[in-house]
Amino acid sequence: MDNTIEVEGLVRDFAGTRAVDEVSLQVPAGHVLGLLGPNGAGKTTTVRMLATLLSPTAGRARVGGLDVVDEAARVREIIGLTGQYASVDEKLTGRENLILIARLLGMKRAAARARADELLADFSLRDAGHRPVQTYSGGMRRRLDLAASLVGRPRILFLDEPSTGLDPRARRDLWARVRRLQDAGTTVLLTTQYLEEADALADSIVVLDQGRVIAEGTAAELKARVGTRTLFLRLARADQADAAARQVAALTGSDPHVEGETLSAPVAEASLLPAVLRELDATGIEVAELGLRSASLDDVFLTLTGQTGSTDAPADAAGDSGEDAA
Amino acid sequence: MNALDQTLALAWRSLVQVRRNPWELGDYSIQPILFLVLFLFVFGGAIAGSPDDYLAFVLPGVIVMNMLFVTVYVGHGLNTDLTRGVFDRFRALPIPRWAPLAGRILADVVKQVLCIALLLIVGYLLGFRLATSFGHLLVMVLLVLTFAVAFSWVMVLVGVLARDPEHVQLFGFTALFPVTFVSSAFVPVETMPEWLQGFVQANPVSLLTEAARGLMNDDGAVAAPALASLAWAAGIAAVFAPLSVWVLNRRLARG
Repeated sequence: MDNTIEVEGLVRDFAGTRAVDEVSLQVPAGHVLGLLGPNGAGKTTTVRMLATLLSPTAGRARVGGLDVVDEAARVREIIGLTGQYASVDEKLTGRENLILIARLLGMKRAAARARADELLADFSLRDAGHRPVQTYSGGMRRRLDLAASLVGRPRILFLDEPSTGLDPRARRDLWARVRRLQDAGTTVLLTTQYLEEADALADSIVVLDQGRVIAEGTAAELKARVGTRTLFLRLARADQADAAARQVAALTGSDPHVEGETLSAPVAEASLLPAVLRELDATGIEVAELGLRSASLDDVFLTLTGQTGSTDAPADAAGDSGEDAA
Repeated sequence: MNALDQTLALAWRSLVQVRRNPWELGDYSIQPILFLVLFLFVFGGAIAGSPDDYLAFVLPGVIVMNMLFVTVYVGHGLNTDLTRGVFDRFRALPIPRWAPLAGRILADVVKQVLCIALLLIVGYLLGFRLATSFGHLLVMVLLVLTFAVAFSWVMVLVGVLARDPEHVQLFGFTALFPVTFVSSAFVPVETMPEWLQGFVQANPVSLLTEAARGLMNDDGAVAAPALASLAWAAGIAAVFAPLSVWVLNRRLARG
């Protein structure tokens, strides 16, 4: 069985605007690929083309070895899709939603009920299973949505911004589920605007900006590509911050970011660390803490796109999910 | 599982929705009864001399009016699926492209049958007695259902074009009210101003109501208005079914 995703030169235009511009990517079987990018980067449009919901303007994509245009019907048999918004019927109960999907996938009545109950138990929805979905919390809806996309035991799963609007606990719960799916051999392509999420879940990351792939690799590779590390300095006395900042600027060649008694500045080499300590000591500036941290994905994103990616927890950014102007 | 089973599963889903949505249930059941009773006792005396004499005239009219109003929910449900992402979920499943629409329209037929039965029962309790045969009644029901299926395509179009489900209802009912009232569904056409009569006589609502009256009361021509309403149904379906599908595909291709 071929559980890979292969995308080559995928293009999608909307009324003169190029939403997806020559996107190529590869996801090996059983891997989690994080498609990372800001709103409007083309993440959702890419996923919709891979899930056969939208036809590409140009390029080609194979999902599980099947062409998404020529063999769309067969692609639908092996994929699961969870969109940005919980796409379940709010008027039905959770159980009825799952039974409906199971029936549509060709299961007999008894088998459909059994599969629904199994998933409800699995997703901690057993008690809520008999309530209409409109009474569910956001986290419960998202769990049901994910469960609904797993009814047919898909080999390849698309998760479009799965944690948008979830509180931190629900998000961690979702991450744990994605990891379990990965352990079970499911190939996952997930889109996210949260660097933290891509870092936590993805085997490899493709960074998308304005429809183009601007970087790809593992989280570690991307961090290494940006090449800088950050010097972190905390002083004993806040009133010495300005003096310290001047010295750090002289040594590292860039103005540090000052916040109260803490300073941070990008540095090229670790060997600068002892020099900084010596200089500060010589001028009588008391250092409480000094260290280097490797670049966060946020730094990577800033470097690559020239704009700040969000390090906020998804829950803090709930509602700003208007991806892909269409 | 074949396409028919999948369509049935989708129709089942639309019907279960009604059970969970008391508002919609009220629209199907309480509203038409309310209309029937109000027309009967408020206008009956003025229009026909007495409520009793008006009942046989107005019951077919209320059946036709309610049929049109129930079709609004085809558009409402479709729009809800489109705006909430449920339609995308269906499209990502290995089912025929037309199954979700067919399921909706099939469920609508079931709702229509229930509504007609309900109105006939209430009509009976109010004193209505069938002047023809059960066979005639069955033909009346089939005629009304055929028109309903054709007219559903108008509401599919509204459902695809509208921004949200509330707009479907607003637009649907606003458009349907004048069409139903400027007809012979509730008032004899002879009482209207002459300039209006031409329009009223051509209105499919009038034609369908007159055919239904003939089939239930044995008091007028059946074949002519029945054939005319079937022609309307065919015309509406021929225009709106392809148009709706075309607009739907355009909406889906927008992303």
